[in-house]
Amino acid sequence: MSTHDDGSGAHMRVRRYSGSARINHWIVAISFVLLLLSGLSLFHPSLFWLAGLFGGGTTVRWLHPWIGVVLVVGFIGLFLRFFAQNLPERTDWVWLARIRHVLKGDDEYLPEVGKYNAGQKFVFWSQSILVIVLFVTGLGLWAPGLAYVEGLFGFKATIDQLRMAALIHAGAAVLAITIWIVHVYAAIWVRGTISAMTRGFVTGGWGWRHHRKWLRKEVGHDERSRVTPAE
Amino acid sequence: MFPAIPNPTTDKSNARFGEKDMIRRSASTITPPAKRQTEVAKLIDVSKCIGCKACQTACLEWNQLTEEVGVNVGVYDNPHDLTANSWTLMRYTEYENPESGNLEWLIRKDGCMHCEDPGCLKACPSPGAIVQYSNGIVDFVKENCIGCGYCIKGCPFNIPRISRADHKAYKCTLCSDRVAVGQGPACQKACPTQAIVFGTKDEMKAWAAKRIADLKSRGFAKAGLYDPPGVQGTHVMYVLHHADKPQLYAGLAENPRISPIVEAWKGVGKYAGLALIGLTAAAGVIHHLLQGPNRVTSEDEENAEKLAGGKS
Repeated sequence: MSTHDDGSGAHMRVRRYSGSARINHWIVAISFVLLLLSGLSLFHPSLFWLAGLFGGGTTVRWLHPWIGVVLVVGFIGLFLRFFAQNLPERTDWVWLARIRHVLKGDDEYLPEVGKYNAGQKFVFWSQSILVIVLFVTGLGLWAPGLAYVEGLFGFKATIDQLRMAALIHAGAAVLAITIWIVHVYAAIWVRGTISAMTRGFVTGGWGWRHHRKWLRKEVGHDERSRVTPAE
Repeated sequence: MFPAIPNPTTDKSNARFGEKDMIRRSASTITPPAKRQTEVAKLIDVSKCIGCKACQTACLEWNQLTEEVGVNVGVYDNPHDLTANSWTLMRYTEYENPESGNLEWLIRKDGCMHCEDPGCLKACPSPGAIVQYSNGIVDFVKENCIGCGYCIKGCPFNIPRISRADHKAYKCTLCSDRVAVGQGPACQKACPTQAIVFGTKDEMKAWAAKRIADLKSRGFAKAGLYDPPGVQGTHVMYVLHHADKPQLYAGLAENPRISPIVEAWKGVGKYAGLALIGLTAAAGVIHHLLQGPNRVTSEDEENAEKLAGGKS
């Protein structure tokens, strides 16, 4: 914890993400955007021009699956880092029941939230499931990957399974993109959030307003064991 | 005998069909020509086939393809399946007819059926990689193919194959290059028994009717034409002695149609997906316009500092 002058007045800064967590998130974020652009180019003819960003449809065909592999590995890192703080709690239901206040930005009517609120937890768990679905169904659309997996497990996918894989892959991708839009929008709408992703810090006021339970813990953390016996 | 197609002249002649005759182009919206060309068709009379594989050889020869030397596993099928080089394949089935007690050797020349409603074209995401001409020929355009293999998922007959050499999809072209100069396909030309004949679709239907009448007179009561309506008919048709049981012929599809899964994937699914993404983005913009940003107040900052100060 420290104070610094960011030009808008000195505010207390609270550390939210370590450097390695931010790099991990950047890897997933960049690969997600590349997957989104390359995937959409094959999703609908009106978006095929997006393939030009990668050097054409042929490049998209072989590159997209490998970016997917990068995302999966990166996402496993994020999952292991954050899943404990994303476990559901009783207050999540209260938060969800007051979703109207959330949308109005009336944070004072909401219960005190730990590191993640119910909305963030929803993003976390739904993307976790969708990444698994996209990876498994993506194998059905990736000839070399499919041949490898079939050899590994000694089975042969039927044509209807592969057709289903294509359908589910497209559907899961649409959901993942939709949730990603919510994720990005929330970070933009709730001002002061982006610095957590880029610099790893948020202001104390941001913590007080949106994640008070988390802030209390962070503030108490250094001193609790030494100075104050218990809260 | 069906009248033989005369050899072409050696004079230069214009192609009889081309880009202006496209009625469908993958991942593209095109205006089909006002006038459709006469539909062509290849008729494969399974009852006349002697299994000599001249058609397979002629196909490799004309298209300048080479098949790998395979392994004999005790069946006549060679190669064992269609490949990116073998665009046609004789499939041999030994069938013991329970009614007559006869052993029947059913030999079906497999390959692209040139569907009127082609599933490969429907599934293809690459503009112009698959085209359909108004004479009924469905052709793959190599330069536009990206090798994704969606055509394989779209095909109700399991025909296209991706080359391991250049990662592009291949299948029978119905010898579109030969047809363009008034010739029949190479396989038809090579067939020694006229088990393969080529002409307009109407001619082929009329010829098939004669063949079917003949087969019926020889005791094949269920003889018939295979021109499946599920894909709005095909431009490669079979005369089958057991038209009621196409599955007998190395698993020829009973009622082929574009899979409903592919229809959902390529049809309503696309628009629903784009709509959902668009609406979510729009909801974000509208929410921000109506609500304005959710800013941290100076009061929040003071409270945080108080909290931190109180602790230390």
